[in-house]
Amino acid sequence: MSILIDKNTKVITQGITGSTGMFHTKGALDYGTQMVGGVTPGKGGTNVDITLEDGTVASLPVFNTVQEAKEATGATASVIYVPPAFAADSIMEAVDAELDLVICITEGIPVLDMIKVDRFMEGKNTVLIGPNCPGVITPGECKIGIMPGYIHMAGHVGVVSRSGTLTYEAVHQLTTRGIGQSSAVGIGGDPVKGSEFIDILKRFNEDPQTHAVIMIGEIGGTAEEDAADWVRENMTKPVVGFIGGVTAPPGKRMGHAGAIISGGKGTAKEKIAKLESCGIKVAPTPAEMGSTLVSVLEERGILNLCTTH
Amino acid sequence: MNIHEYQGKEVLKQYGVTVPNGKVAYTVDEAVAAAEALGSPVTVVKAQIHAGGRGKAGGVKVAKSTDEVRAYASEILGKVLVTHQTGPEGKEVKRLLIEEGCDIRKEYYVGVVVDRATGRVVMMASEEGGTEIEEVAEATPEKIFKEIIDPAIGLQVFQARKLAYSIQIPNELVNKAVKFMLALYTAFVEKDCSIAEINPLVVTGDGNVIALDAKLNFDSNALFRHKDILELRDLDEEDEKEIEASKYDLSYIALDGNIGCMVNGAGLAMATMDIIKYYGGDPANFLDVGGGATTEKVTEAFKIILSDAKVAGIFVNIFGGIMRCDVIANGVVEAAKQLGLTKPLVVRLEGTNVELGKRILGESGLNIVPADSMADGAQKIVALVK
Repeated sequence: MSILIDKNTKVITQGITGSTGMFHTKGALDYGTQMVGGVTPGKGGTNVDITLEDGTVASLPVFNTVQEAKEATGATASVIYVPPAFAADSIMEAVDAELDLVICITEGIPVLDMIKVDRFMEGKNTVLIGPNCPGVITPGECKIGIMPGYIHMAGHVGVVSRSGTLTYEAVHQLTTRGIGQSSAVGIGGDPVKGSEFIDILKRFNEDPQTHAVIMIGEIGGTAEEDAADWVRENMTKPVVGFIGGVTAPPGKRMGHAGAIISGGKGTAKEKIAKLESCGIKVAPTPAEMGSTLVSVLEERGILNLCTTH
Repeated sequence: MNIHEYQGKEVLKQYGVTVPNGKVAYTVDEAVAAAEALGSPVTVVKAQIHAGGRGKAGGVKVAKSTDEVRAYASEILGKVLVTHQTGPEGKEVKRLLIEEGCDIRKEYYVGVVVDRATGRVVMMASEEGGTEIEEVAEATPEKIFKEIIDPAIGLQVFQARKLAYSIQIPNELVNKAVKFMLALYTAFVEKDCSIAEINPLVVTGDGNVIALDAKLNFDSNALFRHKDILELRDLDEEDEKEIEASKYDLSYIALDGNIGCMVNGAGLAMATMDIIKYYGGDPANFLDVGGGATTEKVTEAFKIILSDAKVAGIFVNIFGGIMRCDVIANGVVEAAKQLGLTKPLVVRLEGTNVELGKRILGESGLNIVPADSMADGAQKIVALVK
């Protein structure tokens, strides 16, 4: 039921004593995520006390290193809310400590730092999601990141996206139609990232609880095209897409570091054409992501299967 | 972040990359003085703008005397150059590079760039110097040679050598070319470049390997650790509104249309521009207020959007996660009151504190048109600005 995370996943927060780290650790705890501790070098041995929405107080131990935190808490995953200058180092520390999963929320990490991280991770088993991403959620079980939990509904449609708020838009369109999500994964807006569309689609393909997928892409790079090729050859479940940036001018970085059309490559038009040619129906507007998925589910006769009752 | 050719050459010089002697000039007199100081038989007068294609547009002239330098400098300074990269409105030339001419034997292309597909820094080289690399990639991709660089060890000598032989650098100059490439790579990684393009790289009659042009672009995410590069920023080359927005940490890009947009999140912001176009409208800007925006930030965003005279109406599209709808609503009301807003305003709110946000808008006494969804909002604003 879901990919990457579930109700049993134990998570630590790197950067827990910072205001962003605290705020979102609380958000995760309120949702029911098993947040078991945190890491802030220099604050090891202390605790952070977080008052939750229901009035109870969660007291989480803080450690100096990821290794110590892992050993003491049994955590297998980490979420990173560390400023850009230090975030790549935090990722590598978590990978070195052999966590199963690292989710880096931080926006603004220098590209050359991420290239080093990518190289460092070769041959290692940790899965990195992000950076510059909203996180991962398995509705009803585990929320790691900044997404508003309440818009999600447990179910059978996988969501994978480069964008944060555009994902919430898609999720909202699904939830309001009674179509729940198995997991929603934000892979992030950076050009060099831990996991690409293809990595997440493979997981959704292998997840018995996921019956369809929405993929939300945007201008820049060729990840959507690579994913489309893979889908055509391997995916056993229907995939529906949306590509943002049809109106983006070339050469301009549209917010996300990776959202840029360079040398004429990475246009939305090309991506849409490629997806369609690989059997991935593309929503004509962002308002129709949900309805496009519904029409495909109906065609396949699995709308009822994907509706949460 | 972009910089001028003369600045790029100065940066490269620090790393031992051979560049022609030259000096920047802001006036005709300075241009002449620079030419005299250089004392070379041939002097090149080059327009300095953040765009390529300057030569074809008449922005690069070869002078054989100080009189010619004076004449060309007068002609080019203050001229609005229109190249295939400036857009039809062109760019006004405010700076010149006065450079010694060199005896060009042959032109090549060498560039260093981040390759997204491999997640690595790549050095590319081609014998087709002086042409747009995209054209070469299109027409004769087999003429472009690439070396993927391992970040753990950097560009290796054998890799630079491979490139030099592939692009047929004259045998006796291969060592110089290799040194050049290694220095270029070092500059790229130490300064956190996103592109470092030498087009053309020339070999000269007197046996040198020189960067005749240098286009360096820097990773904006890394500027915090390069104060010296930040100082090279030329605000004249940027859109005023984009400069203003960056002061408030807003992500803003000016476009050509008449519907101003304010959205939270880059993906949703791009999608908002798209849906406006879909319904027959034309977005005036991209603007991402981000997740942590305060009422002040929202107010400033509004002001920047409205400072664009072309804007005939505004669409605010917010899906609040971290961003709270009441914060946006207060910012919108505040800004509208401060600026005495008379133009049509459509607001679509969804997410955290949505009911509170809607109430704030409803009770503001302002003429704000609410929208139930993104599609509804886009259709409404397009209709209102017609």
